[in-house]
Amino acid sequence: MALTKEQIAKRIAQELQDGFYVNLGIGIPTLVANYIPEGVDVVLQSENGLLGMGPFPFEGEEDADMINAGKQTVTFLPGSAVFDSAMSFGMIRAGKVDLTVLGAMEVADNGDIANWKIPKKLVKGMGGAMDLVAAAKNIIVAMQHTNPKGESKLLPRCTLPLTGVHCIRKVVTDLGVFDITPDGFKCLEYAPGVTIDEIKAKTLGRLVIADDVKEMAV
Amino acid sequence: MKKVVSGADEAIKDINSGATILFGGFGLCGIPENCIAAIVRKGINNLTCVSNNAGVDDFGIGLMLHGKQVKKMISSYVGENAIFEQQLLSGELEVDLIPQGTLATRALAAGYGMPAVWLLAGIGTEVAEGKETRTFNGKEYVLEEAFDADFAIVKAWKGDTQGNLIFKGTARNFNPMMAMAGKITIAEVEELVPAGELNPDHIHVPGIYVKHIFQGVNYEKRIENRTTRKPPTP
Repeated sequence: MALTKEQIAKRIAQELQDGFYVNLGIGIPTLVANYIPEGVDVVLQSENGLLGMGPFPFEGEEDADMINAGKQTVTFLPGSAVFDSAMSFGMIRAGKVDLTVLGAMEVADNGDIANWKIPKKLVKGMGGAMDLVAAAKNIIVAMQHTNPKGESKLLPRCTLPLTGVHCIRKVVTDLGVFDITPDGFKCLEYAPGVTIDEIKAKTLGRLVIADDVKEMAV
Repeated sequence: MKKVVSGADEAIKDINSGATILFGGFGLCGIPENCIAAIVRKGINNLTCVSNNAGVDDFGIGLMLHGKQVKKMISSYVGENAIFEQQLLSGELEVDLIPQGTLATRALAAGYGMPAVWLLAGIGTEVAEGKETRTFNGKEYVLEEAFDADFAIVKAWKGDTQGNLIFKGTARNFNPMMAMAGKITIAEVEELVPAGELNPDHIHVPGIYVKHIFQGVNYEKRIENRTTRKPPTP
């Protein structure tokens, strides 16, 4: 069985290390916050100007001046800090954020990513994605392996306008976990019930299977 | 020194059609509601607006779009606005989409008196096409120019009669750098106090950057995406 969105998020949460500053994008990446392993202390950065983002507020406790980058109401955890947008992207650019998790429309086997624009369709904008992918030290993409038409999103080269080049290190999809290596996508883990043959059939970019490939623990 | 004006209509009286205006705010958080309403009342048009977002259909910059007052938007994300979409598709509205950090830093550069900055974002993408690039320490950067805008309009939590500003929570966002970047900066505040009441150590934007300040009224502070969790079960 392919993973649910929650399971993708749960698997990515296993990549979090104690002391990490982490920026989570909109969609599946946001769910990662629900699965932070016990004993792992991470600080969530929201690029609209917040470190120490907490859970959503209880009903009746929403504050219009406390939102995240998805414009959702949030809470501030003890020890949190607020700052302006220039400083927010300053700390991202300076490599202070340890891990960025974001969604994608396409990822190429050379680490290119496309996630902001479909030509001839309405363009909503890149938001902070281009800044994040250009600067973050470590970027994990969380996405479905195929698009709604069933076509692979893991490609030899992106076909959509790029968000960033040679920047993605790891991809977690509903089918498996892949590192981006000089040999292309390297399958490290497969989802429970998913076969290597299925992964091969649904991956258009160069694919190698790790010698010690194993079933994902989710 | 008289920085305090009576209200939004007086504050924006020198803004005319064709102006370029920088706006503070992220989504609907920390937007200058009073000044936007005054611009709508004044009916000026052909405006170029630099703002991270374009509001929603019936609030924020969306209200200016209704009156077809905006010629061009420079933003990073414009997703929540059907009237925006309509005017863009019909060719009435131009849009220049730029990365969010680039937007913030081009404003920052203006406020710090720097003509341009070298940035990473957009390298290898259409954002960097046609722009000067240069390699530092093995990495390629794109030259992005500081904004050159007649006006900036921001909203703060507290301000004083000297124009000093303090922001609250994530309503700070783009407000400080937009305030610093405008040739003429207008600040509306939720609470205007006499000089001396704010602790100088707490000031986010010093009054030297602010030309006009006024006590705002009737803040709606609309929440764009109200999200809550269930209370814990006892």
